[in-house]
Amino acid sequence: MRQFLFFVKKEFLHVLRDPRTMFILFAMPVMQILIFGFALTNEVKNTRIGILDNSRDEASAQLIARLEASRYFDIVTQVDKNENLEATFRKGEVKLVVVIPPSFQESLFHRNDAAVQLVADATDPNTANTLANYATAIIMDYQQDLRNQLKLPYSINTELRMLYNPQLKGSYNFVPGVMAMVLMLVCAMMTSISIVKEREIGTMEVILVSPIVPLRVIIAKMVPYFMLSAGNIASILLLSVYVLDVPIQGSLLLLVSECLLFTITALYLGLLISTIAASQQIAMLISLMGLFLPTIMLSGFMFPVENMPVPLQVISNIVPSKWFYYLVRSIMIKGLGFEHVWKETLILEGMMVFLLVVSIRKFKFRLE
Amino acid sequence: MNPKAISVEALTKRFGSFTAVDAITFDVAQGEIFGFLGANGAGKTTAMRMLCGLSFPTSGKATVAGFDLYKQAEKIKQRIGYMSQKFSLYEDLTVRENIRFYGGIYGLSDAAIKAKTQDMLTGLHMQSEANTLVRSLPLGWRQKLSFSVSLVHDPNIVFLDEPTGGVDPITRREFWMLIYEAAHRGTTVFVTTHYMDEAEYCNRVSIMVDGRVDALGSPQELKTRFSAEDMGEVFLKLARKAQRGDE
Repeated sequence: MRQFLFFVKKEFLHVLRDPRTMFILFAMPVMQILIFGFALTNEVKNTRIGILDNSRDEASAQLIARLEASRYFDIVTQVDKNENLEATFRKGEVKLVVVIPPSFQESLFHRNDAAVQLVADATDPNTANTLANYATAIIMDYQQDLRNQLKLPYSINTELRMLYNPQLKGSYNFVPGVMAMVLMLVCAMMTSISIVKEREIGTMEVILVSPIVPLRVIIAKMVPYFMLSAGNIASILLLSVYVLDVPIQGSLLLLVSECLLFTITALYLGLLISTIAASQQIAMLISLMGLFLPTIMLSGFMFPVENMPVPLQVISNIVPSKWFYYLVRSIMIKGLGFEHVWKETLILEGMMVFLLVVSIRKFKFRLE
Repeated sequence: MNPKAISVEALTKRFGSFTAVDAITFDVAQGEIFGFLGANGAGKTTAMRMLCGLSFPTSGKATVAGFDLYKQAEKIKQRIGYMSQKFSLYEDLTVRENIRFYGGIYGLSDAAIKAKTQDMLTGLHMQSEANTLVRSLPLGWRQKLSFSVSLVHDPNIVFLDEPTGGVDPITRREFWMLIYEAAHRGTTVFVTTHYMDEAEYCNRVSIMVDGRVDALGSPQELKTRFSAEDMGEVFLKLARKAQRGDE
């Protein structure tokens, strides 16, 4: 035990003395959370739009007031005629223009064929789509209210509810993803590099000649990264709750347990990489290509797994991040309890045990 | 108590069809400085790795510090020190932290580590460098420190794998002074080297060619037997018959 503590202490010194490691450990999670949370968001908030009101009657004024009142849109310009529409977009003033046809009120109340045109800047198709959807929702909402007032006998009320994320916030998606990315990076990459480094500089041989049991060496190497990851989990959760306003709906205990489970899985992945990588650069490359990329591409964090081609969907099943991402989303955002996520938890646990067995075997083999 | 520090009988290591070490047999006496020579690829590193417990022998018998290589590996580990070909200290730790760490993994008490640190720093005249990162020490100092650290737990035997590679002649001489001191205190020194002048400093040397020990004796004996001027000539006469090239 004493030997073990000496080893852990030494590992901490390595971590604390290396500025790059410290950066990856502490600055990166915070930066990623903030960048993904604020800058890289596709949510709509105070988007600048324009209005081309050809009708100028009571109904059009009501509709415009509704658009104005929503927190999604800011009306920054009134376009005076159709010819000037494109010029407004060219100047980049607005992303969307709502065009109200002449005699809007008349057609709305009497001819029953009112049409509103939405013109969106589709240079960024996703944003254009989202904006159009939001505007449509507001217009539908207005129409609904009118119908209720007029007590029309036949009308279908459609009500749209965005479950679990009513404000359609991007950060709901990013927080679990960033967590998976950071833990992969810290645990798997840093651990594999630190083990390979000992082999590269020759200290591993000296340690293996010494009486310390190799298994303890491995555990001692993991302890600091495990503890630092626990710190990272805490800081990410705190940031998401207090800075990004992403609440933790489910049980905190369950959430943290799943995070720690994933952390240990990632540590074993790092150990496995260290047994195949000949140098620190190769360890880093394998970690980035083999772990980091799948975490981003195949976990469902950037692209929904259901939309992928079938072969990729199959491959995504062996990516631990996919399961972790699912678990965090289910527990943190949906508030599901253990009875709903035990299957996924079991899969992750299975992966952990498998990786442990394989990597310990491979590691022992290297000593011969 | 076995007066022999190391006793090896028909020790063999095969990697597939390749026999790296071919039934070598020799003894090393307690307190002896034993030079283990051979060209690159002759099998000396593999042989040494087996004696240190880093590699498992294919067949043959061996005892190290009186313990069986197969059955008592853990006891052997407590009693041997090892300095690898590569540099075996942590560059991002200070001199004191390195000593502490290696003392710690050999199970020394805090008091013993303290005393050892003092001894070592005084012996190496490095008191003022105790809190310097090893990275910023000159190579020669690091090498000497590395040797002292391999002796931190007062081992019976210390294995040195080409300890003076890339070191200037003056430092090499100083390094050998340290080896003599250790031998004088009763530590058996098992050293591989490529420098033939260093072979002259050993009590006895063995020369490996193609996985076998082709010559064994004191430098004086070998020079007489091969009617050579110095150890370099002895080595060349033996190594020329080698079938294997470089690794």
